[in-house]
Amino acid sequence: MQEIASLQGQDNSGEYAHKDDWVEIWQEILTSGERAPQIPSDTQAVPLEMRVRGFLLEERAQAGEKVRIKTRIGREVKGRLVDLSPSYAHSFGRPQLELLQIREEMRTLLRDQ
Amino acid sequence: MTSHHSYTEVMARKGEILHKSSGIDYSRFERGTLAFAYEEMMQSAAYSLEETRRIQKATGVGDTPLLELQRLTALARSLAPAGKGARIFIKDEAANPSGSFKARRAALSVYEARKRGYKGVMAATSGNYGAAVASQAAMRGLDCIIVQEVFDSKGRGQPEIIEKSRACEAYGAEVIQLSVGPELFYVFLRLLEETGFFNASLYTPFGIAGVETLGWELVEQTRRLTGREPDVVVVTHAGGGNVTGTARGLRQAGCQAQVIGASIDLTGLHMASDRDFNRKSFTTGHTGFGLPFAVWPDRADVPRNAARPLRYLDRYVTVTQGEAFYITEALAVLEGLERGPAGNTSLAAAFALAQTLDREQIIVVQETEYTGAGKHPHAQLTFARENGIEVKRGDPRTGVPGKSIVIPEHPGQIRVVELELDQIRHSYFKNALARAGAGNLSGEDLDFLAEETRWDRSRVEKEISLMKGGTIDGTGSGR
Ligand SMILES: Cc1ncc(COP(=O)(O)O)c(C=O)c1O
Repeated sequence: MQEIASLQGQDNSGEYAHKDDWVEIWQEILTSGERAPQIPSDTQAVPLEMRVRGFLLEERAQAGEKVRIKTRIGREVKGRLVDLSPSYAHSFGRPQLELLQIREEMRTLLRDQ
Repeated sequence: MTSHHSYTEVMARKGEILHKSSGIDYSRFERGTLAFAYEEMMQSAAYSLEETRRIQKATGVGDTPLLELQRLTALARSLAPAGKGARIFIKDEAANPSGSFKARRAALSVYEARKRGYKGVMAATSGNYGAAVASQAAMRGLDCIIVQEVFDSKGRGQPEIIEKSRACEAYGAEVIQLSVGPELFYVFLRLLEETGFFNASLYTPFGIAGVETLGWELVEQTRRLTGREPDVVVVTHAGGGNVTGTARGLRQAGCQAQVIGASIDLTGLHMASDRDFNRKSFTTGHTGFGLPFAVWPDRADVPRNAARPLRYLDRYVTVTQGEAFYITEALAVLEGLERGPAGNTSLAAAFALAQTLDREQIIVVQETEYTGAGKHPHAQLTFARENGIEVKRGDPRTGVPGKSIVIPEHPGQIRVVELELDQIRHSYFKNALARAGAGNLSGEDLDFLAEETRWDRSRVEKEISLMKGGTIDGTGSGR
């Protein structure tokens, strides 16, 4: 079975999700051969993928299995279970010296006027 | 997937699906081969300014503060020739319920959806508009689905777009996250068909009329605060709704300010490329949207786009990613406003443009947006480095989109680059003539082209004959 990671890179191997857990599923929408003709070749070469989050409808499922979920608005969607506890891990990044230097420079310019 | 839902089948039903989901019969406004009655569409399909203000007020949208940026103005003056350095003002659109001016656009669409009895609303957007629609839908008790382009084929999501997924989810929406590609539209159509929801497109008359209040308010506020009219209004430009709606609002307030569009220069990056997707640090307000939508507005997800930026732009300039990052930092540490990214594109441009205007003059940056995890400059620059982009300080003009980001060493290095509007109009013409085929253009079509380009009728005729290498058939007929 093809390995599909969660968007946050979570390792779900061996774990089970249970009914009504909040999970993420994955679906291939278009294969690389089915993609629109006008798009660049690098995009043509890969499938169009979809990820959706919702409440698990199966009693019990493992990452990689085909499952059904109920979304926030009650829609039922099928796909492969890819994340058992989808979180948001985007952050404020690491400090960027190139930006941290700017305040002092500007204050000096304003003072020197 | 059954063939009924195949790509070609769904795309073939596009017209029918869009008609059902917008509640607008666009065929009413069609005139010639190219022409359609733009003003009539705006007037009959949307609401008046007063009605729009009332609808927006009901959900806490609009009436955002206009703030004078005194220290950035002082910095600009220190770099400008004697007597130059206009006062810089900014409209704090982050104060809208969902944190950006997009709440104005969503307010009318969701109101309309509710009024017409739709159960839910949908929007195809990776930007602030998703959060805006989700927030308005929550306020009006409707279901909401937002379809976004989020990640590349390696499963790497753009941090700013992930933040927008999170925001939509926070407002109770279902979020469909897709990998790179314009076939997002196919998924969108399938879902519209399945759910029967209202298409809260950014490009309907509602999506544009909602922005008119922004232009109108900023004129009223500038008058009140300064006793003067704004001389220049700078607008971050992508799909064209911001420019179009703001300019229309300025006019309704009787203001003749120059309208200058500003985009981040992303020359060389392909918007539908899986590889390029995560090599840009700005997900909107860039030339990758700004130019295609200016040269052919009707590429949008509605039959006729109500955003028609060429009708309203007096100038169109670009700044670099590095300059926008610099000014974002400046706005935070000099003015105490942590905002952005998108609105800071026009702020970077305004900072340079102010230095060419007289000290008494007024330049207004018409928006800010909320910032946060993923959207923040440190987040974006961290992500850029992870994607192999070089980040350094120096002359911002030496930065190459997709390869390097050069943050100015000195505010005097912030400059605007002028894009020739006439060149963009030529591209628009080429697209228009390609659609019209060899068919006859009526007098109405020629008048329409004149309105679209702000060229006079004789210039339009000359340009067409130059392009076709011959004379125009049917000129003056069909009236
Ligand atoms: C905060 C912000 N500013 C500016 C823009 C550009 O607006 P438009 O696409 O209407 O040109 C967008 C949307 O893309 C946005 O979210």
